[in-house]
This record gives sequence, C-alpha cells and structure tokens, in this order.
Amino acid sequence: MKLKRLAGALAVVACGTTLAAQGVQINGAGATFPYPIYSKWFSEYNKLHPEVRINYQSIGSGGGIRQITNRTVFFGASDGPMTQEQLLAAPGKILHFPTVLGSVVPAYNLPGVTGELKFTGPLLADIFLGKVTKWNDAQLAEANPGVSLPNTDITVVHRSEGSGTTYVFVDYLAKVSPEWKKRVGVNTAVNWPVGVGGKGNEGVAGLVKQTPGAIGYVEPVYANQNNIPFGAVKNMAGQFVKSSAAAVSAAAAEAAKQMPADFRVSITNAPGAAAYPIASFTWLLLYENAQDKNQAKIMVDFMKWALTDGQKFAEGLGYAPLPKAVVDLEMTALAKVKIQ
Amino acid sequence: MARPRFPARLDDLGFRLGTGLFAFVLVGIVVAIGYELARQSQLSIREFGWKFWLTDTWDPVAGEFGARPFIWGTMYSSILALLIAAPIAIGIAIFTSDICPPRLRKPLVFLTELLAAIPSIVYGLWGIFVLVPLVRQLEIATPDALRALPLFSGPPLGVGMLSAAIILAIMVIPFTSSIAREVLQAVPRAQREGAYALGATRWEAIRMALFYARTGIIGAVMLGFGRALGETMAVTMLIGNNPRISLSLYAPQYTMAAVIANEFTEATEELYLHALVEIGLVLFVITLLVNSLSRLFIWSLGRQSRGASR
Amino acid sequence: MRRNRVRQFISTTIVTLCGVAVLIALVPLALILFYVVQQGIQGLNLDFFRRTPVPVGELGGGMGNAILGSAIVVGLGALFAVPVGVLSGLYAAEYPGTRFGTLTRFAADTLNGVPSIVIGVFVYGIAVLPFRRFSGLAGGLALGIMMIPLIMRTTEELLLLVPSSLREGALALGATRTRAVLTVILPAALPGIMTGILLALARIAGETAPLLFTTFNNQFWSTDVRQPMATLTVQVFTFAIAPYEDWHRQAWAGALVLVTTVLLCSLIARVATARLEKLQRG
Repeated sequence: MKLKRLAGALAVVACGTTLAAQGVQINGAGATFPYPIYSKWFSEYNKLHPEVRINYQSIGSGGGIRQITNRTVFFGASDGPMTQEQLLAAPGKILHFPTVLGSVVPAYNLPGVTGELKFTGPLLADIFLGKVTKWNDAQLAEANPGVSLPNTDITVVHRSEGSGTTYVFVDYLAKVSPEWKKRVGVNTAVNWPVGVGGKGNEGVAGLVKQTPGAIGYVEPVYANQNNIPFGAVKNMAGQFVKSSAAAVSAAAAEAAKQMPADFRVSITNAPGAAAYPIASFTWLLLYENAQDKNQAKIMVDFMKWALTDGQKFAEGLGYAPLPKAVVDLEMTALAKVKIQ
Repeated sequence: MARPRFPARLDDLGFRLGTGLFAFVLVGIVVAIGYELARQSQLSIREFGWKFWLTDTWDPVAGEFGARPFIWGTMYSSILALLIAAPIAIGIAIFTSDICPPRLRKPLVFLTELLAAIPSIVYGLWGIFVLVPLVRQLEIATPDALRALPLFSGPPLGVGMLSAAIILAIMVIPFTSSIAREVLQAVPRAQREGAYALGATRWEAIRMALFYARTGIIGAVMLGFGRALGETMAVTMLIGNNPRISLSLYAPQYTMAAVIANEFTEATEELYLHALVEIGLVLFVITLLVNSLSRLFIWSLGRQSRGASR
Repeated sequence: MRRNRVRQFISTTIVTLCGVAVLIALVPLALILFYVVQQGIQGLNLDFFRRTPVPVGELGGGMGNAILGSAIVVGLGALFAVPVGVLSGLYAAEYPGTRFGTLTRFAADTLNGVPSIVIGVFVYGIAVLPFRRFSGLAGGLALGIMMIPLIMRTTEELLLLVPSSLREGALALGATRTRAVLTVILPAALPGIMTGILLALARIAGETAPLLFTTFNNQFWSTDVRQPMATLTVQVFTFAIAPYEDWHRQAWAGALVLVTTVLLCSLIARVATARLEKLQRG
C-alpha cells in the first residue's frame, strides 16, 4: 500500500508542483464562530479565482489574534475585537473589518422537554457561575411557566481554548450580571467556575449533543445542523427573543448609526424590542502595511466580494448580512490597506 | 586485535569523528529541547517562581497561572492507568514467557504489540464514540450509596478521569508487558529448573523468577508510567478539559499535555504563552526523571543476571 | 498432602488469571479494530482519496490532500532521521564503553521518552516562529526528531548482534575500521535496520500532537513544504471533535486508512525479520 501511495504521490506532486507554481496560497486562522460561512466563501472565491487558495483554519479567536501578531498567518479572524494591549503588542497596525453578523445561543440537551426554553440574562449568568445547578430550579421555572422541568443536573459546557464566541457570551453576561463581571470578567479565555471544556464551537456542540442535561453556548448554525435545541433570551426591552437573521440585524441597527472608525464595537444587550441580546459582529484582521503586498491586494479584493456578493450566503447558514451603512463605511476603509 | 598502522589510525579517527558528529546531533537535540523550553518560559518563571507549582488558578483574564491542577490531572490519570494496566501487563508477560505453549507465543506477542501500533488519535476517536458512552452508562447506573463517596461524585458526563484512565491503561499495557516479558525471559534457566527440581508448583517457580527480575519489572512498570505521563491526543479528547483538582473519577479534569495541545496556538498574551511552555518544561523534567529511573532499574537487572550466570 | 493440594490450587488459579489477563488485553484490541473497520468502511470510497474537504454543510469531499501530506511529511522526517539515527547507532555500537557512547545511548532513551507535545512546542520555537510560518518542513523536523531514537536503538542492537567472527575476519584481512564496518558489518545488519526504519515510520505516521503547531493544516492540495500542509492525523482529529455526522464518517475512514497502513508496515517488518532469522540460521 505504501508503494502505491508513493507512486500516486509522485504523480500528484508532478501536477501539484505546476499548480503551486502558478497559484498563490494565503494562510489565515481564527474564529470558529464564522467558520461555516468563511469555508463557504473561500470555496466560492476559489471557484471564481482558481489560482487563489485561501487556507483558513478555525482554531479559535484567541488563536487568530496570536497567530497574526506573530505573523505566522497572513490574516486573522476574531469575534472579540482586539484589546488596546493586544493591538500595541502587534508589530504593525492591525485593522478590523466586520464580515458578517452572528449570534451566540444557549443550546441545551434536555430529553423529555418539548417546546422551547426561555432564559433571562441573570439566569444564564447564574447557571454558568454554578449557582443554578438543577434544571427544575426556581429561576428556570419562573422563566418557563407551564413547562415541566425535570430534576436533572445541569452540566455546563464551555470552550476549552481562547474563543471569540466566549468573548461575545461573557461580554453579554458581564453586562447583565455584576457578579459575573467581578468574579470572572471578559476575555477570549476566562477562568470558568464550573463546567467541562470542548474544543471549538464544534467541540461544545458535540458535548452538548452527547450529554443529557448539558447546556452550552454556540453559534446557531452549529446547533441547527445537529438538531440541538436552543432557547430564547430576554433582551433589554423585556422581550424573549430567539436568534434569527432579523433579530440579529435589529441588534446591529443602533450600532450601525454610530460606528466607530475602527469598527470595534460591542452589540450585546442591544436596545430595541426585536433585538437579540447576544449578537456580535465578527471581524477579519489585516495588517495596514503587510509585507506581502500581493497577498494584501488579493485579500482586499476578496473582502470587496465578501461584503457584496458574499453576503447572500449569510442567512442560509444562520448569520445575518451586514447593514448597508456598515458595508459602505468598510469599502472606504479598505483603501487604508496598502497594496503597493 | 592488531595495532592499527598509521594510515589506519587516521581512518579510524575519521570514522570516529564522522559517526560521532551524528551522535553529537542526537545529544544536542535533547539539550536544545531543555534549553529552548527554559528560554521560552522565562517570563512565567520570573513572574511566579516556585508558586507556579503550587497555585490552583488558571486565569488568562487576570494573568494568573498555576500548574497544580494539571500536575494533579497528569499524575492521577497516570497512576490510575498504571493500577489497571500493571497487573494485566505483568499477567500477560508471565503468560507469554512461562505458561503458554511455544506455538502460541509468537502470535500472542504479535497481538499484544498490535495494541502499541494503534495510533493515539485512533484511540481518541474510539474513546469518544465508544468508550465515553459506555462509561456514561456506567456512571448513570452507579448506585446512590456509591455516589455519595467523593470518588464517584458528580454528574454523569462520560468524559472525565475514568475514561481517560481506561484509555491510558489500554495504551500502556503493551509497553509494560513487552519489557516485562523480555525481563522474565532473561532470568537464567537454571533458576527455574532448580525450583522445579525442588518440587515447586508452576506459580512458585514463576514467583521466584518474578522476585529475581523484580528490579526489571519495576522498571517496566515505570516505563509504562512515563508513557502515560506524556500521552496527549487520546487524553485531550476524553478528559473533559477542566482545570480543577478533584478526587472524583467522574469529574472532568485536565493534564499538562492536554492544556498545551488545546491552548498553545491561541495564548494571546506573552505571559500566557510562557506559562504554557513552562508546563511543557515541567512535563519534560518529570518524564525525564521517571524514564531515567526506569532505565536504571532495568539496566541494573541486566548487570545482576549477567553476574549470576557467570 | 493437603498443603500440596492447596499449593497446586493456588498455582492453577494464578495461571488462569494470567490467561485471563491476556484475554482482557485482547478485548479492547478486537473492539477497536472492529469499530474502525465497521465505521471506516462506510466512509471509504474513491472520492475519499481523490478529493479535498468541502465547506461545512456540503456533503462529500475527502482527505486526499491529507493522505498525500502525511506521506510527504513522514518522508521528510525519515530523510532527517535515518542518517542521524543510523550513524549515531553506529557510533554507540562501535564505541560502547566510552563516556560519549553511553551518553549517546542515554540521550536516545531520553528523547524516546519526551512527550510528543513537548517536541511540538520545541519545533514551533525553532522552526515556525523564526520563519513566521507553519510548514511541512517544521512538521517533518518534529516527526524526524521522534524517529531518531527508534532508528538509533534498532541500529545499535542489530550491529551488536552481528557475529564477531565477521568483524575479526575483516580486520584480519587488513581492512581499516571504516572499511570493515561499511562493507562487512553494516551490510550484514542492513536488512534488520531497514525493517527497524519501516517500523519507526509506521509508528510516527500515527502521530498527531507534534503536527498541531508545525504543519498546522490545509484545505487544499499542497505539496509546497514551506507552507502549512494537511496531514491525515490532524484532519481526523479536526473532524472527530466536530458535531457533523458527515465529518465523523470521514474521520473513521481516515482512521481506517491510518490503522491499515500502520498494521501493514508492522506485518511486513515482522515477516521480513522472520525470513532474515531463517536465512541467518540456515
């Protein structure tokens, strides 16, 4: 078998070398949150431009930030904007470009409970703080009148590595729970009081799916593709809202009117009756003045495609397209990236 | 051997230098690993000092790092694995060296070594989809009386210390059993034959051989321990990734190798990265000590039996 | 008389327990092989070898690039490890009593015990960070470092097994040391050394941890060793921890390919060793 593989390998090397000689490969890494749509985008873009291979590895937002700071990848991706310290630690100026809107949902596994569960912000905080430990706890019963909740233990599932999905989720928890803000704080990786860690959105979804009584936080596409139910969350206006493209767009509406120049803004716990409270932009990270100008040029071209044609893939995969106002601002901002 | 002539001595020197160069590369790599690990963990060493080994917190937000939960997880899982694996491995070694008919020996040895050939990622894969659900069923079926004990407390997740220990045990068995078998086969025939001549039963003769080879067997067990300490992939997928010290077999915990595998590419701050490398350094030092000790045990047995058969 | 019967009973019990131990060890082996084959067959088709991974949500695709990548990276590792391993094994065999010879052997044993994740961290520091990129070369280096002690030990042991009559004969005929070793002793041990190398390759082909931060991963066909490369082990890992059923199927298929390759190499090595032993005895 090794011989056959060797012969096959040699044949492919011969073809591969010619391909590699013609094309360009751009490496990126980062958030798992937008991985479903990024993998779609890079595949579609490759169909339009076969000589461009954009290789994206979803290792977590923390990884995206770390690797682009080290310059071991050309671009990064993160759902948590880089902090001032992280920006200062980079060898050059890094620009944030929102690519799509997404959300984080509380996915759970509670056999025997039909119908959707409702959660309030403080309730979620208490669950993840380890203060609420049973599914038939008073707080859960209060938010879900009429639903018969079993006496099962709650198993908290969180991310085991640095993650923007975590950032979005704990950013929201810190806004609705002073205790969370004080005890745990906000970052891509936090010191979780309780729970078991899964690797990537994929790992968390996998664990929730396999563990009765589990609750975790994931990007909705991971829940939908695996038939994992997720709950509605009470927003600032007092409405229980379930994540949807419309609800997420509503959350971004306010922020779109006052977008800061560097696009680093949080839209969790957004105002508005229809707004979903745990929503976020996700950003592509590019150096303003990268060393490889050819790759920079390709990435700018890709971004322009993603911000226009690419947005049509968003809803099908559980994301929301960017508001037009934001896209217009970005097209202008892309000119900042030096391509000569 | 005749004294080499002048050109031959030069040639001999050339040979020695030529091959010695590559031997030097080998030694150099080991030294370089230790040096590089120490160098890349300077920030963490200077920041925390000895407290690093004793602190329980692993808080990237606050920038506080301590290795104790990981040292605990690594030690606990490896010791548990050894408790399961050592008797089985020694039993296999005894069976294949002493008891089984000669025709069965080669096939049985081959089969046990197959266990060693299975890649760690395949163990992890099998672990997630087959072992973890089984363990979860076991955890759910645990009677409440046992549940009250700290050893069996906690929700039935499936992933956790027990799954990790079981998979480690399976992976360690072939290593320990093959060394133990070699060690037992090296016991001089005279010993056993003398025992039988004096009317010993099968087991009594084996017991004598075990006693004779005890240092080597301890070495084999320690070698298995060293193997368990460093195992990464299978453990990462089964242990639950929670940096908490817990006596419970059902609790998700964390090992040194697993935390490095999970968090290394993403450590956003320098201190975070250095703390992870320092954990790598701790792991390196511990496995170095355990493996050196085990080799010492096995080697000293070699001297002992060579001395006896003279 | 009764004491004898008790002793006999104890002996029989223990002997049975040892047999049970063998059976206990064989159970997981059978289960693992069974599952790998049963699940893996379902995902195995021609596409699996010919195609690359497709975006989330689309079905199909394969791990062709990962299989090729693994072959390349393992090959690179062997390129580095075989000279270092064989020649340092040669040194240790020729100068066994010296301090440096013992040191070499100790270093090999130490390196053998270093956890693969630590080697990954080491190679990241020296081959990825300074060059600012993940690469197949770095992965090859990491795998090579892991192969060196295996090859070195096999070489040393086989060289020591060569009968001294061969060496003495060569030297008596006036050969220099280099000549004696290279033309007589090494060729005698070569078949065994080659099987040792094959076994080392098989072992290392199954490694994942050292590749996580060195070759990284790649969605496309890539033979450029200065870029991240897909490898079978990392791809299986990535797919295994995901929640998509299709990815799980492919992960099992990848595991089947891995296990088959490793077992085939071990089998070939074993058969070759048996044939060699027969030749040498006859």
